[in-house]
Amino acid sequence: FYSLHAENVHTTHSIHTAEILNSNILIVKNRRAALDLSQKVRVLCWVMTQPQHLKSRTQHIRATWGKRCNIVLYMSSEASDFPTVGLNVLEGRSQLYWKTIRAFQHIHMHHLDDADWFLKADDDTFVVLENLRYGLSKHNAEEPLYFGRRFTPFVAQGYMSGGAGYVLSKEALRRFVKGFADGLCTHNTEIEDIGLGKCMETMKVQLGDSRDVLGRQTFHPYPPNNYLPRQLPRPRPWYLLYEHYHPVEGPGCCSDLAISFHYIDAVQMHTLEYYTYHLRPFGYKYRFNPGERSENRNNS
Amino acid sequence: MMSEGSSFMKGLILGGIFCLVMSFFETFNSGTHSEGHEHLHHHLKPVSKDELQKLSESQMSDWTLQVRVYCLIMVTPKLLVHWATANDTWSKHCDKSVFYTSESSKALEAIDLQEQDEWARLRKAIKHAYENAGDLRWFFVARPTTYAIIENLKYLVLDKDPSQPFYIGHTEKSGELDYVEYDSGIVLSYEAMRRLIEIFKDEDRCPERGHALWKTPEEKQLATCLKYTGVFAENGEDAQGKGLFNKKSVSSLISDSMGQNPADVVEACCSDMAITFGGMSPSQIQVLMYGVYRLRPYGHDFHDSLTFLPPNDSDND
Repeated sequence: FYSLHAENVHTTHSIHTAEILNSNILIVKNRRAALDLSQKVRVLCWVMTQPQHLKSRTQHIRATWGKRCNIVLYMSSEASDFPTVGLNVLEGRSQLYWKTIRAFQHIHMHHLDDADWFLKADDDTFVVLENLRYGLSKHNAEEPLYFGRRFTPFVAQGYMSGGAGYVLSKEALRRFVKGFADGLCTHNTEIEDIGLGKCMETMKVQLGDSRDVLGRQTFHPYPPNNYLPRQLPRPRPWYLLYEHYHPVEGPGCCSDLAISFHYIDAVQMHTLEYYTYHLRPFGYKYRFNPGERSENRNNS
Repeated sequence: MMSEGSSFMKGLILGGIFCLVMSFFETFNSGTHSEGHEHLHHHLKPVSKDELQKLSESQMSDWTLQVRVYCLIMVTPKLLVHWATANDTWSKHCDKSVFYTSESSKALEAIDLQEQDEWARLRKAIKHAYENAGDLRWFFVARPTTYAIIENLKYLVLDKDPSQPFYIGHTEKSGELDYVEYDSGIVLSYEAMRRLIEIFKDEDRCPERGHALWKTPEEKQLATCLKYTGVFAENGEDAQGKGLFNKKSVSSLISDSMGQNPADVVEACCSDMAITFGGMSPSQIQVLMYGVYRLRPYGHDFHDSLTFLPPNDSDND
């Protein structure tokens, strides 16, 4: 993500390992290990779900990306062996902002020290945790920040799309909960992403820019086939009307290191899992290699 | 009446003996394999990653040069949208890709074979490709409704010698005949092409225009002609035995796996090194292009022994 401070992020490190093949020869191998950010950038994920969706939707999250969070909590109106956390709310679209408020209050009470960043996702959102951690790694969780897909209307500073998933820094979570405790934030809408966005504005939490170094989006409120197919130049389709940043259609829509897609059904969930973590072109040199030394020099 | 009957019987017996003799010869011919036992193996796998790491740098660069692919994409104006999609996506990863059409289209460039018969068209395309191969030694034949990951095709044939006959894809059986399914793509080595060109001259065993009574699909005609030259279909699969050539779409395969292996959907479904998929719409293909060449988790690096560079003038890979 773009950061206010220019920083060189050293993202790969070499490990020298010595192997003794026979008593006379010592060969030193220089290996670049994949940088595992999961201990440095701890993410608690909570998934907004309901009892009727556990089998049709949520189980596919549990089978795919859920396990990549440092902690994953499946938030529902009722507790269960799924396991789900029971939020003591009713189900239904009108209750979504109540669920969000209760979910963050629960997390603040029980898990504040267990993570640095707090992600909310829907039960039909696909998330690539490694790319989320990479984007967040340059930022300070003690600052009041919130990231996601930025929308313009309804809130003066804008707000982040609920379906695409959004992530609060630890300080942002503290301020959200404090806002409700002090009466500065109230349940003033049923629309959870707008409601949370308004509270963020009230509590002076800053909206971050989650686009990659080439200006491509990482959080997506719709599935990939809404964005990737080439289009002739045309007026914005309805699903791009709320965009804060100028939307791009076709291959430039989306970062290679995408973080989320939404309205993902069960088959698509496993399909995206296959594309992201399994299917690959042997030997292919990827075009986009952020974090490689030479690239950082050009970008600062 | 009697003389007609006995002539008929003589004719029947002579004809029967003739057939027996001819089939005897046929078994003899198809029984002669050329040197090398590769043809007896009907499962073809890529070289193991361990083997690859043991190779010298010069051997690596030899193989990288040798494993270049000429793609023959068989189009018709009816398939214009898929033609355009193939042109904009996977075909850019072939070392040379040529579109062969039944009739020309104003929208897209292709070699116009001016031929409505599919088998005749395929023969013409094969001849043209062989004559224009330059120093390319591997050939991939597909319709534009198939999507191919050429790097994975290269990985499959990396350690195979193209001066030996190879005919690879997803194999099916039709009676005694093993053939490679057209819908999931057909791989031919230079030697297999050379033998095909030769047998094309034999109008009895490999006719250009088939029998008028029934039409054999070109995938089976191809297999029959190749069989006469001692070349047999081999099934391309990965180290775990998973098929690399698919005529179904990714979502169809995933959906099947969700029914059969709900605990392990992706693991059980499809190979990480899959080569082809079929039956996908143009927008699904554009998403697949992004999924193959771009979408990935930060920090997961693979240190493959070979490097394939991205193509020039392309923005979707």
